[in-house]
This record gives sequence, structure tokens and C-alpha cells, in this order.
Amino acid sequence: MATDLQTMPLDGQDVLGEIQKYDFVTETHGVFKARKGLNEQIVCEISEMKREPRWMRDFRLKSLKVFESKPMPRWGGNIGIDFQDIYYYLKPTEHQGKTWDDVPPEIKETFDKLGIPEAEKKFLAGVKAQFESEVVYGSLKEDLAQKGVIFTDTDTAVREHGDLVREYIGTIIPPEDNKFAALNSAVWSGGSFIYVPKGVKIEFPLQAYFRINAERMGQFERTMILVDEGAEVHYVEGCTAPMYSSESLHSAVVEIIVRRGARCRYTTIQNWANNIYNLVTKRAVAYGDALMEWIDGNLGSRLTMKYPAVYMMEPGARGEILSIAFASKGQHQDAGAKVVHCAPHTKSRIISKSISKNGGRSSYRGLCKVQDGAVGSKSNVVCDALILDPKSRSDTYPYIEVEEQDVQVEHEASVSRIGEEQLFYLQSRGLTEAEASSMIVSGFIEPLVKELPMEYAVEMNRLIELQMEGSVG
Amino acid sequence: MTETLKIKNLHVAVGGKPILTGVTMTIRRGEVHALMGPNGSGKSTLAGVIMGHPNYEVTEGTIELNGKDILEWDATERARAGIFMAFQRPMAIPGVKMADFLRHATTNVRKPDRKEGEQLIPMREFRKELRDKMTQLRMDEEFARRYVNDGFSGGEMKRAEILQMAMLRPKFAILDETDSGLDVDAVKLASQSIAEIGGADMGILIITHHDRLLEHNTPDFTHVMLGGRIVETGGVDLARELYTEGYDKVRQRHPEDAAVEKEMAAEKKFVSGVA
Repeated sequence: MATDLQTMPLDGQDVLGEIQKYDFVTETHGVFKARKGLNEQIVCEISEMKREPRWMRDFRLKSLKVFESKPMPRWGGNIGIDFQDIYYYLKPTEHQGKTWDDVPPEIKETFDKLGIPEAEKKFLAGVKAQFESEVVYGSLKEDLAQKGVIFTDTDTAVREHGDLVREYIGTIIPPEDNKFAALNSAVWSGGSFIYVPKGVKIEFPLQAYFRINAERMGQFERTMILVDEGAEVHYVEGCTAPMYSSESLHSAVVEIIVRRGARCRYTTIQNWANNIYNLVTKRAVAYGDALMEWIDGNLGSRLTMKYPAVYMMEPGARGEILSIAFASKGQHQDAGAKVVHCAPHTKSRIISKSISKNGGRSSYRGLCKVQDGAVGSKSNVVCDALILDPKSRSDTYPYIEVEEQDVQVEHEASVSRIGEEQLFYLQSRGLTEAEASSMIVSGFIEPLVKELPMEYAVEMNRLIELQMEGSVG
Repeated sequence: MTETLKIKNLHVAVGGKPILTGVTMTIRRGEVHALMGPNGSGKSTLAGVIMGHPNYEVTEGTIELNGKDILEWDATERARAGIFMAFQRPMAIPGVKMADFLRHATTNVRKPDRKEGEQLIPMREFRKELRDKMTQLRMDEEFARRYVNDGFSGGEMKRAEILQMAMLRPKFAILDETDSGLDVDAVKLASQSIAEIGGADMGILIITHHDRLLEHNTPDFTHVMLGGRIVETGGVDLARELYTEGYDKVRQRHPEDAAVEKEMAAEKKFVSGVA
């Protein structure tokens, strides 16, 4: 990546004059001078930096206009963001420029407790831009490539599979969808691009850190997954280690197309540092008899707003969303799910589990919509909230819009507290109060944790234990 | 020296209301004690306060384990010191498998100084022991994979309590109406199991209304509780008398305590009526 600047095309770029004013020079040691703020010029610079084709730059610029015209959401949580006080693009080398000493001690401590290897720690903390996994995953990638699977970071996909990206980007989540989708469309970087050809079934989960030489978990990731007819894929994003970033806004967009008879499962476990606004738009469309599953775990952050959606477009399509949210002190998890039944005999299920402790707030916000004509559709929504102390809070905002008579829509919600009697029972068996609470909490989320790949399930449980430490008394 | 659990002049209040008004009892390891008495006489309160239930306030008296005052200890510490209570109504912990729960509990009780996050007993060793104990108690292996007390029948819950006792191997065990809600065969099985596990090794306090649980666990002492006090202590014959003839004779022999019993019952009715 260090040679990007030298190979940049210098002529015919209408913003170049401006860029040069900001030390964007082609000297051997020239560096793109990152600066805060958002305007057309910065968007153009990002596009130039990435040597993108014109259509992508135009897409970004158009999206910026949409972003500027959109109001802030008036629901969810309080978003206290000054958009001009944010870096929208940092080169990977600049991420690297940070030293291990800059990483806050509590983050390091958590890494240690989770037992994360040294190299990975630095990657996760953003000290190192790339996780050297090439050796391990090289043969795996080769195998995938032979089957015609494309699995790369989205920046590379724009250069190498431009036609595919161009055809689908913004078709599931157009920039006009919401303010943060527009922002992502204007300034996105990184993310995964996956195409699974007809009938190809990938038996192991694809994970974000298979990608080599990709930019690390970015602020504005853009992920696209296309699962062709009869194909199957399970994608795992993120990790349970706290994702530290000096930047306070993260706004990703994930678009997924699951064609007829195909299956896609998308698993996310994210554990953000406490200063982060995590405002994400995730949506999938599922065609005839296809199955789309979102498994979404949200920990940490100051505010998370995330509602993975499945639009069921043709008969027999199914959507399942399992979500866990854990809100602790100073954290607000506004998470949930959306299912939209656009065709007859489509089926959806939402299971949401939230935990609030130490003054944290978690909200379930969900939409179940059945369009006129979607006869015989079924939807089942279950949300359970566990509140660990009187300071904490939980709310449920279910939106149900049913335009068809012949359907079955169920919604159940429960709120519970950890009972004194439960604690006493476990303590009478030699568990400490903290161990007892953490056991009750892991039991509460067990229905979701057992859906996770083994290593994630183990880490998830360890993480819950860490979150619970010192939480009682 | 024989290990002892000694309760002296114990007064206990719940929400400011006196429930126990001077209970004295000494249990030595290897002894079986039966505690009988009409409903509401304070038997379950005594069990709870020995185990360290946070809602029970000790206003007077002591509980000593081998000469050490344990009143300031919480339930965790008491469990680790070798005290066990089989609950009358065990709590469900959905999502937590019996085996995982038992592995934590067993490790903690056997290694009382274990810090959180430290090693549990090795899986293989634990599994073998659990399997052996379950075979001994004629329990299906599937049981270990079910969630703790979640959707258990009354009988299953009580057997799960006995299994826990078998794994934790306490010095002193209090069985709070472990026979309630069980049919005749189940009580018989429970009675046998307790005898097999306890043997001469435990000091056992059996709270019961019936004599069936005592069939294989002949009490060395039988205590009768009335109005928050132990009014009589005898041998196995007393247990038989109470089972066959009820508590009327006891009430006649102790009119003052019977009056207290009546008063407490009326007050309880009044309070619950208001609530």
C-alpha cells in the first residue's frame, strides 16, 4: 500500500490542484495528510486514493448529497456527533502509525484476559494494519477460488470485479435509505465482498480475517454478499475482543442477496469500546425458498443502532434473526430486527435477548411487515430482556404492519430480573455471587450462543464473565 | 474430635417479624436428626438461616461450625465449608446445563480457595464421577444435559437435589421436605439414596412430615418444632408418634407454644390478607 501514491494517475483529475494544497504530493515520502471533516473534496480524495473508477466516485458524491439532505433519525438513541470533527479516511499506514503504547490500558487488560495472542492483539487494537494470515489460509483461498468463489475486500472487488460491484452496490440499501447509509456510501472503505456461484456450498464459515492485506475493520465498512441459486455460505464478522478505535463513529452497510434455494448465515459478534457510536444498516433480500439468517451479538459501544433486515421476495423465502445485546454503564443498545413479507407463504422468526446492567439501557426495536397479498405468511417474534439491577433499563418497541388477512403473526415479550432466590440457590452450591449472576446470564443467552461457531461461543461466554465481574455488590 | 454444627438460642426475624424464638440443637457428623412440626412452625426458616439466606435476620444466638461462628458468612462460604441444603423448591436456571453447573459447584466446594476463572476439575475426571453417582441414584444420563431444574417434574427436582448432595459430599446436609410431592416409590428411592450417600459420613437434618424418608435413615434424634421453638427432642419413637398421631398431643403438652403458634398463624393470615 505504501506505493499507492507513486502510482496514482496524476493527470485529468479535477480535484488534484486542491489535493496538493494539502500535502498530497508524489514525493517518495509523501503522505496523504489525513484531516477531519466531510465535503466533496474529501470524498474525491478518498476515491482517488483508492484509484477507483469514475462510477464509484460518482456514487460517492451522489451519496454525499443525500447525506447532507437527510435529517438525523429522531428515534433510537441520542446521537451526539459532530460530522466535521471526524476523520473519514485514514490510510492503513496511518493506522499502523499508532503505537501499542497509545492503546488504553483497559483494552490491553481485556485482551490479556481473553488470552489473545500478541500479534492478534496489535491487529485488533489497530496498531498493525494487517493480520498475517496468508500462510494459514492460503490453501483455503485457493480451494475457494477453484470453485469460482470470490472472497476479497470490497476495495479490491471494485478494482477486480467492478461490473459485479457496480451492478449490485446500493441496490439493497440505497443511499437514500437513511442518513447513515448515505454517509457510508460516500466514504466507505474496507468490508468484504463475497460471491458464491450457483450450487456451491462452502462448508466452513468464512471469516473476515481470512482476508489478506485488507484494511482492518474500518469505520465505514461496506460488505456485499451474493449467494447464487442453491448455494450456501456462512460468513462470520468481527470478533469478541473489544474493538478499540480512536475514532468515535462506525457506520457500516451490509447488503446481501440470497437467490432461489440458497442459504446465507451472517454472524456478527462485536464488542466496541465505550466511546463508539455504532450505527449500522444491514439488509438481505431472500428469493424463492431461500433462507437468510442473521446472528447478531452487540456488546459495548456508547450507542448501537442496528436492525438486521430480511425482505422475503418470493414464495417460500425464510428469514431468521437472532440477536443479543448487552448494555452496561454508559451504553445504549438500540437493536432489533426487521422482517418484511412481500410474497405468499414466507416465514420469519426473530429471537431477541437483551441484558442491561449497571445503568445500561437496551431497547428492542423491531418491525414485522406483511404486505398485501402475502397470504399464508407466518412470523414469530420473541424478545426477552434481563435486567440485572434497578439502575438499568429495558424497552421494547415492536412495530407490526399487517396488510393481509390470511397470516399468522405472533409477538411475545418478557422482562425478568435476576431473582434473589436464584442467586441464593447457586450460592448455596459454592458459587460466588458474581459467578452465580454470570451463570444466570450465560444461561439466558444460551439459545443464541449455541448457534455460534465453537470458538466464538467460548469467547462469548468468557466475555460475558468479564462483563459480569465486579458487577454485583 | 467429632465435627459439629451447633445452633444456640437462635432467634430469627423476617421483615421484622420474629419466626424463630430460641432454637438450640447440636448435630454431630454421622448423626441423623429428624425435624418435625406443623406447617408454619419455622422448620424451613431454620434450614434457610443455617444455609445463610440473606433475608433472614438473626437477632440473637449463634450458629457454629466446629466452634467457629459462621453467622457472618454468606451462603457461598458456608457451602464451601461443607454445609448443604436440599431445597424444598429448587430454582430453575434456564440455559445452564446440570453438568456445567455441577462442575462449577463441585470444584468450588472441593477447592474452597479457588478464585474466579481458575481451573475447574478436569472434565474427564468429573464426567466419570458424575456418571457413577447417577448410576448409583438410578438416574438417566440425559439428565446431566438438561437445564438446571428447568421443566423438571417434582420428583426430578428432588432427585437432582440428592445428586447435588452426592457430588458435593457435604459435612452437614439439611433436607427440607425432600419427600414432598413425591409418590411412595419415589420417596423410597430418595430415602435409600440419602442413606447410601450419607452413611456415617454426614450429619443430616431431615425436615419431614412423614416417616417414609426416615425408613432408611433412622433418626438418632427427633425434634419437634412449635411456634418457632423446639419443644421436644426424643428418639425414633417420637417420630413415629408424630406420624401416627399428629401434633395435638404435642400441643397439649406445650400449651404456651401452641398459643404462640396460633398467634403467628393469625398474624400471617392478616398480613397476607392485607397484601
